[in-house]
Amino acid sequence: MQQIINFLLRNKNFLLFIFLLLVAIGFTIQSHSYHRSKVISSTNFVSGGLYKWQHSIGKYFNLISVNERLLIENEYLRNQLTIATADTSSSKIIDTSTFATPYSYFRANVIRNDYQKRDNYILIDKGANDSIKIDMGVITDKGIVGIIEDTSANYARVISILNSNSRINAGLKNSDQYGSLLWDGKDPNMVQLATIPKQAIIKKGDTIITHGRSTIFPKGIGIGVISNYTMNQNNSYYLIEVKLFNDMTDIGYVYAIENHNAEEIKTLQTLDE
Amino acid sequence: MSNSILVHIGRFIVLILAQSLLLNNINFLGYLNPYIYIIFILLAPININRSLFLITSFFLGLCIDILGDSGGVHAAACLVATYVRPFILRTAFGLSYEFQTVKLSKLRFGERFMYVTLTVVVHHLVLFSLEVFNFMHILIILKKALFTSLFTILMTMLILVLFRKNDT
Repeated sequence: MQQIINFLLRNKNFLLFIFLLLVAIGFTIQSHSYHRSKVISSTNFVSGGLYKWQHSIGKYFNLISVNERLLIENEYLRNQLTIATADTSSSKIIDTSTFATPYSYFRANVIRNDYQKRDNYILIDKGANDSIKIDMGVITDKGIVGIIEDTSANYARVISILNSNSRINAGLKNSDQYGSLLWDGKDPNMVQLATIPKQAIIKKGDTIITHGRSTIFPKGIGIGVISNYTMNQNNSYYLIEVKLFNDMTDIGYVYAIENHNAEEIKTLQTLDE
Repeated sequence: MSNSILVHIGRFIVLILAQSLLLNNINFLGYLNPYIYIIFILLAPININRSLFLITSFFLGLCIDILGDSGGVHAAACLVATYVRPFILRTAFGLSYEFQTVKLSKLRFGERFMYVTLTVVVHHLVLFSLEVFNFMHILIILKKALFTSLFTILMTMLILVLFRKNDT
């Protein structure tokens, strides 16, 4: 017994080092598994507040470009509205019982954005108090950004598409084939689309959109255009390089999307299994 | 004595804030950020209690991790850098470290540079191994560690020269 205690005392620094190192590596492994990285997160009150304060200083410097983007988006939406009203006013009758759309949008500001690491996260200044929930999709006016992964009262963390844990269903705009979107960690403006079957007809410049198979994103949100493609080793799938519509290094403001039918669809899918 | 403890606590806080609010946004050439919070480990007193030093470094790294959403990679890197510091000191300063006569503020450039370089390289190798978390990508790890180390060493040497008066 005496010897064990002596041994522990003699090596206490080494044992402390090993213990703390295991804790740190535990946190690291946890952060690499999707939906489990809750312990070490910047959504807490202190760091959220710190980044919000930093954002409140920095935001004045890009007011002009943000205004410009909002004007362009407004113009686009007004055009859409004109088309939509021109369509319905004459003949169609609106059924008010089903008029509510299945999707709601919530705006938020990006207060911290990563893109230089292998696993990147984005912090936004809206949280559970503003009805932001886990698994909501996040987009900008141009295209998708990521998925809400963790929320606190006033902040939420988005798992960016620039993250090795991110898997988003995406497909071609002009056919129904789909695959999953990955990131190889090299260029923050390029992502990779894998497992598109070789039957698909693709060419450079084709648009990639969300496929709408998951409950997270509605169908048809823009992602990017094909900049290059190759076949995989046994010639059954395409490996496609996609240039993002979004500049992931400059996001600014985003919209989180809530799907009101998500619960219902998920229940049906679990019944199916 | 209490004055020097206050200096260390103040340095701890200032370095964390500077790292997460300013330096994590540099992104030189797209991905290079210097990790200058390592100065806390470099400037800790030579005769510090080692258990206390390990725990402090762990929390230093953990704060950077929480603010940077990086799991526990900085905490692990800081721990390793702290644990090997006696060996690095011995390599860099030889006998004068054995006799506890080293004063970090009164070093020649060569010794100081050696000390900073060894610590930074150890720290960055652990950091990027864990961040990439895949030894299939060993080239990416080495590339990132090399370029970031150069950047960190440059920044750290500059800061150590600029703030020399406050060193203990």
